[in-house]
Parts: sequence; structure tokens; C-alpha cells
Amino acid sequence: MAIESVATASKHILNNVEAVRETLYEAMKADERVIILGEDVGNRGNVFLITKDFIKEFGAQRVIDTPIAEASIVGIAVGMAMEGLRPIAEIQFADFIYPSFNQIVGEAAKIRYRSNGEYTCPLVIRTPYGGGVRGALSHSVSIEALFYHVPGLKIVAPSFPADVKGLLNAAIDDPDPVLFLEHKKTYRLIKGEVPEGHYTIPIGKADVKKQGTQLTVVSYGLYVHWALEAAQALEQDGMSVEVIDLRSIRPMDRTAILESVRKTRKLLIIHEDNKFGGIGAEISAMVAEEALFDLDAPIRRLCAPDVPAMGYALPLEEEYMSSPAEMAEAMREMVRF
Amino acid sequence: MAKSETQMRRNLERHGLSDEQLKAMFRNMLLQRQLDNRGFQLNRQGKVPFALGSEGHEALQAGAAMAFHRGKDILAPYYRDLGLAIGIGLTPYEIMLSIFARADDHNGGRQFPNHYSSKRAGLMSFSSILAAHIPHAVGAAYAMKYRNEAGRAVLVTCGDGTTSEGEWHESMNYAAVHKLPMVMLVENNQWAISTPLSLQMAEPNIYKRAEGYGMPGEQFDGFDPIVTYEVVNRAMERARSGGGPSLIEGICYRFLAHSTDDNDMTYRTKDEVSENRKLDPVPRFERRLVEAGVMTPQEVDDMKKSVLRETNEATDAAEAMPYPDASDLYKNLYEGAWQPWQ
Repeated sequence: MAIESVATASKHILNNVEAVRETLYEAMKADERVIILGEDVGNRGNVFLITKDFIKEFGAQRVIDTPIAEASIVGIAVGMAMEGLRPIAEIQFADFIYPSFNQIVGEAAKIRYRSNGEYTCPLVIRTPYGGGVRGALSHSVSIEALFYHVPGLKIVAPSFPADVKGLLNAAIDDPDPVLFLEHKKTYRLIKGEVPEGHYTIPIGKADVKKQGTQLTVVSYGLYVHWALEAAQALEQDGMSVEVIDLRSIRPMDRTAILESVRKTRKLLIIHEDNKFGGIGAEISAMVAEEALFDLDAPIRRLCAPDVPAMGYALPLEEEYMSSPAEMAEAMREMVRF
Repeated sequence: MAKSETQMRRNLERHGLSDEQLKAMFRNMLLQRQLDNRGFQLNRQGKVPFALGSEGHEALQAGAAMAFHRGKDILAPYYRDLGLAIGIGLTPYEIMLSIFARADDHNGGRQFPNHYSSKRAGLMSFSSILAAHIPHAVGAAYAMKYRNEAGRAVLVTCGDGTTSEGEWHESMNYAAVHKLPMVMLVENNQWAISTPLSLQMAEPNIYKRAEGYGMPGEQFDGFDPIVTYEVVNRAMERARSGGGPSLIEGICYRFLAHSTDDNDMTYRTKDEVSENRKLDPVPRFERRLVEAGVMTPQEVDDMKKSVLRETNEATDAAEAMPYPDASDLYKNLYEGAWQPWQ
């Protein structure tokens, strides 16, 4: 089913876990080259039960419980991809991706380039990230900024079930490596209508989740939902805020951001990751380069403080994260500027 | 260490190799050395910025390449595998294109020399990052097994230095767990650039680790191409027929510095190098072939001339080719129209 027909497709309500699960299931059904590998994805069915019972239907050859070895989970998937399979590697939590950094950055991202197109690496690396779940230092981090510097990779971070399915399908179909980030807190919290059957959403296209005229807010992941909540609240005060869900971090939809900023003349970037060198830094620089004289206020970033991660104790988690109330306050200040 | 001179002079045990195959292995060894030396010469002449040699690995690589089934097996090599590359079908011209970084090089002049890639030959693209290619070999072997492609196997190689990497261990373990059609061939040349074996591992017999992984392990004289062939062939046959992976370790020696940018006299002695030079596998194999009557001295001479001629022709032809165009920098990053630099 092509994306054009999604509007007329029959839909059902899924949460984000179910959207990932349905997409993986349909991909496994449709293409024998698709293989899932990772820690506890088989017998346990993934720690969030995303691949529950897949092993019964598709067998242990296609749903592989790997040893606890993240570098080779990705590395082996790279080799599979180079030799004609369509592996979907899972890193159990994004915090565990560091041992595989070289395989992602030094290998997967460079294989097409270094062989001048002779070899390719059609690989998806899925991983749950993000906080708000009492995940402490090692089950809560955002990792996108560590990878978005790297040409050769694509990075997507959708947080609405229909986007999750469309972008995960696009990632699986993509001939190049895609890092697919799933926000843990949205897994069961966020529900929405999802079209049945196969469809894709192009990687690199943002989505305006709420129209507005006085301020552009760019965000992704859990914070899109909180930003929407804040923006709705401001409607009652007569403030009109546009909320853009990036969905894809790289390629980044510069056109969508610039169009919106030129209309509202103000830009607030909100993300859960640290501020310094984060995605917001790139968006700010890009807007400053392309649209500085269209702006009526300094660009502002509402991000995590530059500490290693959120702590386990509730006050430490809350202090690290931005709340919908803090987002509303930042929006209010920007609109009034 | 390599076998003694007396042992080598015993009757030629062929392990089923025909005269033609023995000659092909010897020619590969001569060609390796000639191409190796050419790279270093070109570097000294200021024509190329960098060269890397595999001198001392000739027998090991010629023997291993003879056990490779072209059109079926996959090779996942590392950067000191010139003899394996030419042994499985890369031409001297292709090697020289890589040394000169010309546009027609498989990598389009992007990678260092010796970082071969050839889908045609079944040679997987690899980087300079040690052990990063070993999980790729595991993945390729998994793909073979998954598709029930009996009669195929992956030959993956590395030096002794690489066996210290975590991904080396992870890969061996994974290959054994899934009984994959893969042969891990370690070319133990005793040195990881400047770090001797004694500072790399407390147990210097790398092949012994095989037992811990649950696969067969074996050590052999990597200065003997016939012995190498026999061991690699046996391991590849086992892998091809569903018998799972093996860890085999050929003992050799790195005669040259690590690369043209290294001075090995800062960390090892001339005496050590010349002691090992006495065991140089190239003249020794020549003597054995002549003594066994496989080749006459005249045939050896003719072969050396033909190898030199082929090297000269490949050098001239590659040198005459153009560099990649500067605009090639922007090609083959992604499929499709996305241009992140714009």
C-alpha cells in the first residue's frame, strides 16, 4: 500500500509498542531476508515484549537471541547486510549502544562510501531511549547527538504510532543504515490510529503536529507530546504556537523548519538530550545561517542541563527533564518577546 | 616458530597439490614480493604517500588462497593480505590502482592501499580498524547457513595483534554458538606494530583459545605454503560441509617495518630480523620445488622475469590512469538524492 492511500486505509488503535511490533511482524511475514537479532528478543520476546512469540512463528534462525555483546550484535548484522540479508539489530537499551559505536560509525556508515558503492549496508538498528521512567543513569539516555554528526547514517525518532509504523517500514526498506530510536516513555503511554497494511513515511520529513502563528516549536520524541500539551494550554490565553515534530533527525527537514520560522518569526527548540552540541545546536545554527533576518527574537533552546544523565531519585529525574509547565513558560516568554 | 631447515628439506609432501598448483602458489609468492617491493620503491620515489608490505606472509597467503573456492567462498581479509587478494583473483593492475589511488580502484581511491574490496572476487570491504571485520565475516557466514548454501564458507584473517580486540572474542564465540561455516586464520607474525607477542598475551599459542570457544584449533608453520594449504583446506572443507568454524594459526614473521611510516629498528634488533630472514619462505620454496623436480632452474628464472614484467606493466598502466575527480568526494554516500553537504 502506498502512502497516498493511507488516508483511505482502514485503521486501528495501537500504542507505540504495538506499532513497532505490528511493523516488525509484517516485515518478517513479507520478506525472508528480514532477520531480528539482539539480546532477549527470542524466548523472552524483547524486554518490552515487542517480539513476543515471534520465535514460535519465524523460528530461532530468524529471531536470534544473541550473546550479550553489543559490538558484535551490530557487527554481525553489518556482515549479514553486506551479504544480502535485511537484518534488524536491537540494542536492548540505547544506553548499551556505546560498545557498538565503532560498528555503527566506523563501519556501517562508511561501507557504501569506502567501497565506492560496491558494498552496501541495508541495516536497521532499533533501540529504546529516553527518560521519565525512573531509568537512572544507564536506562534513560538520549543518544542521537552522538550519531547525528555522522554522514552515512540516517536517524529517525518518531513518537506517534502511525509515524512509528510508517518510518520503521521506510527504515527496513532503506538501502542504507538507519538508527531507529523509540522513546520508552511513549511505548504504552501514546496511542493513536494506525493504518493497516504496509505503508511508508519518507525518512527526512518533519510533521507539523499543531498549526500556529506566533512561535515555532521544534521537538521530537516524548517532548513533542508534552510540547503539544503546553501549546494547547496556551491557546486559552490566545497564544498561537506551531509545533513541529522532527520525526527524522538526519536527514533533517530544513525546509519545514524554515517555512515555519519565516511565518512565526520565533523559534524554540525543545529536546530531552543535553543542550551542548545537541540537535538544537544544529537547528539553531541552520536557522541563523538561513533566516536570521526573518527572526523577531533570539533563538531559544530548552534542553537538559549538561550533566551525564538523569538520576534515579525522583527529584534528580524531574530536575533533569523539562515538564509541560516549563515548556509552557518558555513558550509564553517567547510569544511575548 | 617455523620449522628447521632440515625438516623443510625432507621429501616434498604435496597434500594432493598438482605441479600446476604448486607453481601457481610459487608464482603468487614471487608476485607478492615484487608488488610489495614496488609499493615501497614508489613511496621512496615520492610517487605514493604510503605503502604496506606483507613480506614474510607469502607462503601463508599463497597456501591459504589455494584453499579458497572462487565464485563460492567469501574472504574477509585485513590489510596485510596482498597474497590472498591476488590468490583469489585480484590482478596486479587492480593492486597498483589501489597503491596509486586511481579513479578506477575498487574503492575509487578513497581507502589506503591494501584495503581491497571486490564483490566480483568475494572479497568483503574492510577498514583499518582491527577486528571490526570479524563480526562481518560472522554475519556473512550466518547468511550462508541461513540460506542453506552448503559448499560455501567464509575465510576471515587477521594478525596476532587483532586477537586482543573484544570483537575478535565476540565473533569467535558467536561463530561457535551457531556452528557457522567460517575459518578464522590468524597470521601470527609476532609483532603488533611495535608490541611483541609477550606484551600482547600471556599464552602465546593463540590457537589454544579454540578449546574455550568449543571449536577445533590448530597451529602450523606459516612459512610452508603446502602445510598452510593442507590446514586451511581441511578447515574450509569442515566449514563447507556443516562442521562449523575453526581457529587456525600460522606462524610467520613480519620482515618489513609495519609500513613505510614505521621504523622497526626503534623496537626490534637487526639480528632478530636477519635470523628470521634465514627462514625466508620464498627462496626456500624455490629450492624445494627445484629439488623435487617440479620446476627447473630455468623455469624459475622465466617465472621471475614474467612476474617482474607483469609488475612493471601493471605499475605503468595504473600510474597512467587518472586520479578520481574532486567531485567524486560526493558520490556513493547514500542511495538516492539526499546530499547532506548541501
